[in-house]
Amino acid sequence: MKAKCLECDADLEIPDDAVNGEIVSCPDCGTDFEVSIKDNGEMELKPAEIEGEDWGE
Amino acid sequence: MVKWSLSPLKSREKTGANNLMVTIGLIYDRIRWEEKALINASKKAGISLKTVDAKKIYINPSENTKTFQEAFGSIVIQRCIGYFRGLHITAILENAGLTVINSFRTSLTCGNKLFTTLALTKAGILSPKTLVAFTPETALEASDKVGYPAVLKPVVGSWGRLVALVKDRESTQAIIEAREEIRNALLHIYYVQEFVKRPPRDIRIIVIGKEVVAASYRHPPPGEWRTNVARGGTSKPCPVTNELKELALKASEAVGGGVLAVDCMEGPNGFLVHEVNGTMEFRGISSTTEVDIAKKVLEYAVGVAKK
Repeated sequence: MKAKCLECDADLEIPDDAVNGEIVSCPDCGTDFEVSIKDNGEMELKPAEIEGEDWGE
Repeated sequence: MVKWSLSPLKSREKTGANNLMVTIGLIYDRIRWEEKALINASKKAGISLKTVDAKKIYINPSENTKTFQEAFGSIVIQRCIGYFRGLHITAILENAGLTVINSFRTSLTCGNKLFTTLALTKAGILSPKTLVAFTPETALEASDKVGYPAVLKPVVGSWGRLVALVKDRESTQAIIEAREEIRNALLHIYYVQEFVKRPPRDIRIIVIGKEVVAASYRHPPPGEWRTNVARGGTSKPCPVTNELKELALKASEAVGGGVLAVDCMEGPNGFLVHEVNGTMEFRGISSTTEVDIAKKVLEYAVGVAKK
């Protein structure tokens, strides 16, 4: 699926097999977005959470 | 009420749900390589996996066990990237009667380097010499005592974030001052460790339940001393010797057991365990081994469910 970067308006490609919560990065400006799949199956992009101080493994 | 949404995707992920009686839950807040591997492995093995995005739910902790099981599955693999988010969810789910991998005790211990050190020490496992201080002044005294170079680590945090190799008193002072400026109480607990004379690598050992499944050397990238794969460190195959196996199982047991990555280094007098990871990332080590770690994790969860 094609989408537009919310930051710089570049074309973004979301893989068809993308999983809910997967991160896609804008090839132009590098901003990260989270793929969000709605109940009706539609995909939308949300700004990804930025790294928290307690993130990790 | 427990709120969760069943997206078409989650329905798709239920393929093969009838093959087994149990439904394994996967609670996450970001799909990393590892979460994707778990989802794909569940499809391949015909294991019913219910995925829940922790960012999209709210929970009433006083609901009954059955409601929780319907929402999250009977056994839940907790893999939040945010430590506190995952820890608090684990507390709620365990309280509701669900088994969580990893348990609250294991997650709490592994998520805090001091708690890990305490658990390892109690079990008689060697770890780097560590001093702990609670003010900037005593933190500096502790660093002097450990001797330079020393390593200053936040008690909570991952991927080598804010882990500082300090070579003298002045740079230690600067690190302490910088941490004091950050309004985060946890950063004002000072955990000071000796810099172990070791080959420029460490060893990661994956333990799943009572099984040691793989080990790898982790090498730092050029110009870096930290070996974290998240910082560009690279993994190389490492033979799982009996000594490493024994050490990893002992360390795993010390922190409460579960699905863990034990990190140790080769000190002058033997292995020193410096960390046990409770929400392990296994992308790096997977490039060095034939073992399907995601599949092993799921099989372990199914095994626990059937007990």
